[in-house]
Amino acid sequence: MSGTFVGMPAFPKAARDAVRDETLRGNLRHATHTIRDKRATAVAELADWQELREAGRRIKDHTLRHLDRYLVQLEESVTAAGGIVHWAADADEANRIVGELVKATGESEVVKVKSMATQEIGLNEALAAEGIHAYETDLAELIVQLGDDRPSHILVPAIHRNRGEIRDIFREKMASWGRPAPDGLTEEPADLAEAARLHLREKFLRAKVAISGANFMVAETGTLVVFESEGNGRMCLTLPETLISVVGIEKVVPTWQDLEVFLQTLPRSSTAERMNPYTSMWTGTTDGDGPRTFHLVLLDNGRTDALADDIGRQALRCIRCSACLNVCPVYERAGGHAYGSVYPGPIGAILTPQLRGTTSEIDASLPYASSLCGACYEVCPVAIDIPEVLVHLREKVAEQGGPGHRLEKAAMKAASWVMDHPAVMAAGERAALRTRALHPKRPPGAGAWTESRDLPELPEEPFRDWWRKNRT
Amino acid sequence: MRVALFVTCVNDAVYPATGVATVKLLERLGVEVDFPAGQTCCGQPQFNTGYRHETEVLVRRMGRVFEGYDHIVTPSGSCAAMVRDAYPRMARRAAAEGRDAGLGAIATSLAPRVYELTEFLVDVLGVTDVGAYFPHTVTYHPSCHGLRLLGLGDRPRRLLQAVEGLDLRELPGAEECCGFGGTFAVKNPDVSTAMGADKVRDAAATGAEVLCGADNSCLMHLGGILHRQDAPMRALHIAEILLSTKAEPHV
Repeated sequence: MSGTFVGMPAFPKAARDAVRDETLRGNLRHATHTIRDKRATAVAELADWQELREAGRRIKDHTLRHLDRYLVQLEESVTAAGGIVHWAADADEANRIVGELVKATGESEVVKVKSMATQEIGLNEALAAEGIHAYETDLAELIVQLGDDRPSHILVPAIHRNRGEIRDIFREKMASWGRPAPDGLTEEPADLAEAARLHLREKFLRAKVAISGANFMVAETGTLVVFESEGNGRMCLTLPETLISVVGIEKVVPTWQDLEVFLQTLPRSSTAERMNPYTSMWTGTTDGDGPRTFHLVLLDNGRTDALADDIGRQALRCIRCSACLNVCPVYERAGGHAYGSVYPGPIGAILTPQLRGTTSEIDASLPYASSLCGACYEVCPVAIDIPEVLVHLREKVAEQGGPGHRLEKAAMKAASWVMDHPAVMAAGERAALRTRALHPKRPPGAGAWTESRDLPELPEEPFRDWWRKNRT
Repeated sequence: MRVALFVTCVNDAVYPATGVATVKLLERLGVEVDFPAGQTCCGQPQFNTGYRHETEVLVRRMGRVFEGYDHIVTPSGSCAAMVRDAYPRMARRAAAEGRDAGLGAIATSLAPRVYELTEFLVDVLGVTDVGAYFPHTVTYHPSCHGLRLLGLGDRPRRLLQAVEGLDLRELPGAEECCGFGGTFAVKNPDVSTAMGADKVRDAAATGAEVLCGADNSCLMHLGGILHRQDAPMRALHIAEILLSTKAEPHV
C-alpha cells in the first residue's frame, strides 16, 4: 500500500471499474446521501451560516497571505511552551525526521491519530521500512489498515466498505495485528465497535510514542487542535510519553478566537454534528501531565507552490471536512480510489495536482474529473470555488501539452476560428444537415459518446436558416 | 419591447425548434425579437476545457454582436451563466495579466443584459402564466448552471405549474447534476453516463411522460440515454412546452 498512489491510471480509466461495481456504488450512494442530508439539516439550524462561511474564508485567506509571519510566531510559541519544531520541505524529509525521532526513543511501535498529512507522505510505509510498526487507532483507518486497503474518503476512509465486509476483515486480520476479534463476531455496529475497542485498548496502553496530525495550530500560543468523534485521538494524545505531530503549514490560524468559527463550521460540515464529541488541544509539554516530549513537524510538500498560484491557492483554505465529497455526483459514482490520492473527490481534484504537479497521467486527468456542477462550492464551509480552480488547472494541463492536449488545442483553436466567422460556421452546419441521412448512427470519433448514449437526430435546417426564411 | 435572441450554438445546429419556440413565445407575449446574425457561440466549451485564450475571441464577438440591445434572451441557463459568471472572471484574469483589450468593458456591459428565458419571462415581463396548454405529465430537471450560477430558483417550475393541463411531478434529487458537463461527457463517459442513467431512472419513477429542462445540452445527454433505453419518456425544452397552446399544439 502506498500513501501516494503513484502509478495510477488516469481518472476515467480508474473510474470505469468503480462505476461497474454495484456493491461499491451501493455503499457510496447510501453513505454519501445519508451524511449529505444530515449536513444540510445541521447547517440549516444556523441563521448565520453564510456569515460564518465568509468569516472562515477571510481568516484562512488572511493567514495564507501572511503565512511566513504566522509560522515564525507559531515556532516561537511552540518552543516557548517546551515543544521542538522541525521543518520538512517534502515527504521524504518529513518521513526521515519522524523515523529518527521514533528511533531515538528506542521504540519500534507507535500509535496514530487519524491524520491526512501522514497519509499524504506515506509515513506508515516509510516507518515500516525502518522496522517501526505504526498502528492506526481511528476505527475507519483501522479497517483500512487491517484490510491492506487504501482510504477512499477524507472523513470516512472505509466508506467503500459495508458492515459485512468489515466483519470479515476483523475476523481474518485482527489476530495478526494484536488482539483477535471475539468469537462469533456479527456485523452489528455495536459488536464491531466493541471488537475494535478491545483490539485498540491493548495498543493504547502499551504505546510509548504517538503520532498525530492537527486540524488547526494556533500561532499566538503554539496550541495544536484535533477534532474527532471516537476518543481514540485523545488516548493517543495523552497516554504516550512522546508525541510527534505532523502538520501541513497551511493549518495555522493566528488566534484562539479564530477557532470560534471553525468549531462551528467544521463539525456541521463533516459529521453533521453541532459539536464534535472530542476537541483535544495541546500546548507544548507540562510536567506531570501528558507526553513529556512533543515534536511538531511542519510539512510543506508542495504547499508553497500552491500558495504561489493566485487562483489555486484557495485550495489551501481547506479544513478537510469532506462535505464536497459527500455532495459530489462524480465521487459518488467513481469512488475515492479512482482519484489516485489520499485526497479524493472535488477537493482532491484541485489539491492533488497542485501538491504533486501534473506530470503523471493520473494527476493530469484530475482537473477533468468534474462536471463543474458547483455543488461542492455551494457546501464548502470556507467557500473554496472548486469549479474555478478546476478550470484554471485544466488550462495549465492543456498548456503543458501531453497526450491528447496538442490535438485538442488545435481543435479548440479551429473551433474558435470557425465560430468567429459566422458564414463559415453556417456553411458547415448546412453541409452537416444536408447530408444527415447519410450519417452513421455511431460516427467514428464519437465513441465516447455513443458507447452508452445515442446522438440526437439532426434537424432539417439550422435555426439561422429558419430565421432568414421566416423573419427577414 | 425589443430583445435580442442569443440562440446558442447547440440550439442553432441541433435543436432549432427551441429557438423557434423561443421566438414565437416571446412574440406571443408582445415582444419584438431580433436575431443578430453575427452570433455563433459564447465560448463555454473552450473555456471550461481550459482554453481561455481561445475563448476570448468569442467574448469579443459576443460584445460586438449584442451591442445596443437592452435585453439579450437565451433559452440556455448554462450559456447565460457563461456570460454572466465566466466573462467577468476572464476579464479579471486578462487584466491581471496586463492584457485586457476591452474584455472588462464587454463583460461589464453584457453581464447585466443577458437573461435566461424563464428568468426573462418572470422577472422582466412579469408573467408566470404564458397562456400555454400542454396536457401531459412533466418532470423538471433544473440544470446546474441555472440552479447555482444564475439562481433561477422556482421560476421554471412556476411557469410550468401555470400551464393548463400540465401535471408537474417533483423530480427526486432534482438538484443533482445530470452528468453532461460539456466535454466531461466525452472525457469521462462512464461516470457521465452513470449520472445520466440515475437521473433518467429518478425521472421515470415520477411517472412523467416528459423530462423537461432549460438547457438542450443536458437534454441531449439525457435524451440520448432515454433513446438508447427505448424509454417511453422524452426530453423536451421548456420553451417548446410554453409555446404549446390549445389552438396550436406545438409538440
